[in-house]
Amino acid sequence: MKRIGQAAAVAVTGAVLAACGGGPGGGGGKISDDKVVLAVLNDQSAIYADLSGKASIESVKMAVADYKAKYGDKAAAKEIEVVTADHQNKPDVANSKAQELYDRQRADIILDVPNSAAALAVANVAKSKKKVFMNIGAATTALEGASCNKYTFHYGYNTYMLAQGTGDAVTKDGGKNWYLVYPDYAFGQDMQKSFTSAITKAGGKIVKADPTPFPNDNFSTFLLKAPGLSPKPQVLGAMQAGGDLVNLVKQYNEYKLKDKGIDLAVGLMFITDIHSLGSDALAGTKFSEAWFWNANPENRAWADKFQAKTNKRPSFAHAANYSAATQYLEALQRGGTDNADEIVKNLEGQKVNDVFAKNGTIRAQDHLLLHDAYLAEVKPASEVKEPWDYEKILKTIPADQAFQPANPACKF
Amino acid sequence: MLQQAFNGLVGGAFYALLALGLSVIFGMLGVVNFAHGAFYMLGAFTSYVLLDSYGVNFWAALVVVPVALGVVGIVLERLFIRRLTPLDPLYNFLFTFGLTLILQDLVKREYGVQSQPYPRPSALSGTLDLGLFTYPAYQVFVLGVSVLVCLLVWFVLVRTRVGMVVRAATERPELTRALGIDVGRWVTPVFGFGIALAGLAGVLAAPMRAVNPLMGADLIIVVFAVVVIGGLGSLFGSVAAGFTIGLVSALGNYYVPALSQTLVFILMAAVLLWRPAGLFGREEAL
Repeated sequence: MKRIGQAAAVAVTGAVLAACGGGPGGGGGKISDDKVVLAVLNDQSAIYADLSGKASIESVKMAVADYKAKYGDKAAAKEIEVVTADHQNKPDVANSKAQELYDRQRADIILDVPNSAAALAVANVAKSKKKVFMNIGAATTALEGASCNKYTFHYGYNTYMLAQGTGDAVTKDGGKNWYLVYPDYAFGQDMQKSFTSAITKAGGKIVKADPTPFPNDNFSTFLLKAPGLSPKPQVLGAMQAGGDLVNLVKQYNEYKLKDKGIDLAVGLMFITDIHSLGSDALAGTKFSEAWFWNANPENRAWADKFQAKTNKRPSFAHAANYSAATQYLEALQRGGTDNADEIVKNLEGQKVNDVFAKNGTIRAQDHLLLHDAYLAEVKPASEVKEPWDYEKILKTIPADQAFQPANPACKF
Repeated sequence: MLQQAFNGLVGGAFYALLALGLSVIFGMLGVVNFAHGAFYMLGAFTSYVLLDSYGVNFWAALVVVPVALGVVGIVLERLFIRRLTPLDPLYNFLFTFGLTLILQDLVKREYGVQSQPYPRPSALSGTLDLGLFTYPAYQVFVLGVSVLVCLLVWFVLVRTRVGMVVRAATERPELTRALGIDVGRWVTPVFGFGIALAGLAGVLAAPMRAVNPLMGADLIIVVFAVVVIGGLGSLFGSVAAGFTIGLVSALGNYYVPALSQTLVFILMAAVLLWRPAGLFGREEAL
């Protein structure tokens, strides 16, 4: 009898809870804590601070302002807050900050997170907390491959896109033989694989691929070795990033490898790198670009608004943060709730055409944003008309070619 | 091959200059100057700022920057290092480490973490025909300056009275004092001189390396390995080890690129096992 009594009590409690709306986490057209919180977690003090950093918070705030202006009284999210944290490029810090943002600051979404290791850590947190994570800053394809999950989106670029544009285009332009130098850690090894496959697919050949120390300030050994390889490489493919890339390019110019018939192709180049080196040091170098602020009047108009707030020109990451935050808010508007499962459902398969993403689709199978990418070239200083006007867009790589087909290893 | 070896010497030139400064300071003051890398960075940054804002060219910077940093070093020694020297060596270690973080972050705050552009001086932008091979003129110049400075320091130490006092004070401070020589008087200029050497290396690095707030932090770890291999406080040892490490890492990059990163530290561990005082440690420092 006692048992039956207990069972009945449980059943009654369950019924009461169900009548009350299913307890916490239940869906049903509501905004949790009556407030939507967007969190920007990124590097605000070290290597990626200029690429995205604090200015990305402004981008997200711009997205919020535009959303409010667009929907006015009809906005599903009445109160929107933007919070932020610095992950210092450390995966462990990223992990604990992400937990803090989701739990204590009640973040509904985390944006940005450059640095692949940090991004993978945050993707794990998002998965266990069942909260949305839209990654912009990290390049690793693992986010939509073996490490993918239902709540994680990859928005902007990846190593496949970088290799596709640069590796394919330069090889087809006649740079058949490549000498690859890549920094010896996860990102560099990933880049080396992506480039090798893009180059061989385009009919080119890897003469040699050398790992280099990381970080490294002296690349002269590799640069001196290049002309002596057999067959002689026509292209030096540099997979370095940030300060290492600057070192390498300075020394590439010192050794005058260009005069010796070895062109430079850079795997990962951001507009901030061109600024560091001065555009003459890189003039003529081709590279993959996700977005350039001065490519068309629409981008420029947005860049002007951005500059008014931050006093600098936006990188692709700033524009992508704006776009991702906008897409999140639009999905929230469509579903009328900030419930993560609803948001995910509303984002999957979504077509995106905004200032950042052209012909964009958020692929449902792996949550990767496919969009048009570009092959860009660095202008010589004589053609640079105004500060930060360093790039010339050579061609558009259509969205379906710029990114990889969905990886079967990704299952939600 | 020959070219690669030469190449290693150029890389070693930076190690030698930095290690020499570290060693001079350690020998005279017994202070492990953790801020050495930060002063190297300041050397490069100051030349960038001088060029960018005041139009001071590379050649002037080559003189002005080390002198200015030397003065900073002197002030630093007078105000802080001196007060901490009688205490546990750990205090100066922590002080210079803290100083590094402050300097790095101040520069970061002002200029961000991106590298700043610095052009090569036009007189040295060509290549030189060295008979067996051609080589970028600027790098030959760097090697030349470094060797010259090392020789000059050697000459001053061995052939002049000042050098004699410094050497004596480095090796047997108590005894030197007993002979009526005011050791304390020499401590401040020697510290300033060590810092000036770091600044000089920084100026030399600006045209060929990335000028950013972290450039010193990346390099200083290897320089510490160099000093340990050469023998802490041994001036000749640090210079010799500097060039040797330059050679080893260049050849390591060439033959075993995957290992090159650890090669320096493997060498350090081996030297420590074999001669705990470093290769040249016993003769001069202990």
